[in-house]
Amino acid sequence: MTLEDKLGLLTYKGDHQTHIKITDAKVCLNCPKKPCVTACPAGVYTWDDVQKKIIMAYENCVECGAARMMCPFYNIEWVPPRGGFGVAYKYG
Amino acid sequence: MSDDKFDSIVVGAGPAGVSAAITMARAGLNVALLERGEYPGAKNVQGAVLYSKMLQDVMPEFWKDCPLERAIVEENIWILTDTSGIKAGYKSPEYAQSEPANCYTIIRVAFDKWFSKKAEEAGVTLVTGVTVSDLVKKDGRIVGVKTTDGDELLASVVIACDGANSILAQKAGLHHEWRPDEIALGVKEILALPREKIEDRFGLEKNQGSTIEMVGDFTKGMMGYAFLYTNQESLAFGLGCALDDFQKTNAKPYDLLEEFKRHPLIRPLIEGSKSVEYSAHIIPEGAWPSMPPLYTDGLLIAGDAAQMINPSHREGSNMAMKAGQLAGETVVEAKKTGHYDAKTLSLYRKKLDDSFVLKDMYDHKDVEVKVRHNRELMTLYPGLLNKAAHDYFLVDGAPKRDHMRRIVQRFRRERGVVNLVKDAWALRKLVGEFSIG
Repeated sequence: MTLEDKLGLLTYKGDHQTHIKITDAKVCLNCPKKPCVTACPAGVYTWDDVQKKIIMAYENCVECGAARMMCPFYNIEWVPPRGGFGVAYKYG
Repeated sequence: MSDDKFDSIVVGAGPAGVSAAITMARAGLNVALLERGEYPGAKNVQGAVLYSKMLQDVMPEFWKDCPLERAIVEENIWILTDTSGIKAGYKSPEYAQSEPANCYTIIRVAFDKWFSKKAEEAGVTLVTGVTVSDLVKKDGRIVGVKTTDGDELLASVVIACDGANSILAQKAGLHHEWRPDEIALGVKEILALPREKIEDRFGLEKNQGSTIEMVGDFTKGMMGYAFLYTNQESLAFGLGCALDDFQKTNAKPYDLLEEFKRHPLIRPLIEGSKSVEYSAHIIPEGAWPSMPPLYTDGLLIAGDAAQMINPSHREGSNMAMKAGQLAGETVVEAKKTGHYDAKTLSLYRKKLDDSFVLKDMYDHKDVEVKVRHNRELMTLYPGLLNKAAHDYFLVDGAPKRDHMRRIVQRFRRERGVVNLVKDAWALRKLVGEFSIG
């Protein structure tokens, strides 16, 4: 099962506005390991080699909040989505 | 809504928040319970094992209508290499002979819906779909909360049960951002499987269940563990590791879980199952040294928000329920005096000190640190122990004394006698043998 398959099992109430921001895109340029790209359990963060920046699929966020602490530079601003939006687990 | 003033606002309809809200509402207080999910449980993830005692303290006879899965009669610990495993366990139908059983598996969303409904029945005003983003302060004291919609709700006291990502505890200045070594990241799947197959494969009778906690090579040296729990018609299968280890290794949590499904001891148990939900959550495992102050003027915190997790005994939601109840009792007392300052609310700390919650948190204060500093417990021992078991059971024509000698020599060679003693000392609290005195 791929991550896409796993995320496909989930129900989201999509918000047009993001609840995740990169504070300073330049910081990511000098981040050697980019743990957000690998350890985010929803694959929200990908490194775009052409644009030289992190691209975020905030719609996929499963709201664990780990990215905030995972970034070695505390360069990710993560807040819970607005009331009612985001993932809604059926089993939890 | 903003014109009302509540006696208390509870943020988060998880086990801590609902327990707090019910306790206060029953004492006649005017309580609002705010939940950011569309329904209680929408944002919550747990293994999930529910311990009876702490729920019973809040909801006597809960088992009569609480959505429970299986009564646990068997608890297992497995130590795994990539190809083998040592299985230790304890089974006793006595655990489930009387109601309630010691513990049950639950589907957390079903449980949270049920539990919050009980709060509403007790008179709590439950508001879902509301994300609290800040505190309202007056003269330096917390007097309410602000939502992402811009609403302000006022109360004499706020109880923050907003989980592992407690925005409120941070806004109140009780702690800063968690360090990655204070947090574990877990992923989980619910695997649907017919009940007869579950009962056959796990050797269970109807409505009885078992749990398996696992450590070993599948975490690839990271500090972590996995679990496999039986529900009525599904299995809960999850894995978690320290966040700083994920930082260092660049491992992908969902890949680890997927790979673990193919383990020779796991595959036959989950074969033919269908994944119906994937979830992830952080687990505040920083233990005692990470616990923030538990109250300030106009605010109490309970549950994950306060790092109330005892990973060595797989406990958390039970601590949350007890803490929520004690926070609620404290507010009921505070209302009698009309004071909600830190001095008055310090009663909460006293109640927690007297309960199992802070005793257990204190007694297990350094388990994680010790394992962290004795990495071999995670990396070397699963292999050593499995090889020892292999030799012990092997009949190959060599005398048994040769097998035993080989086992002992291997331990000495790989770890050294001094380190073996040190490791045993580091582990003593995991197995519950406390220091003398």
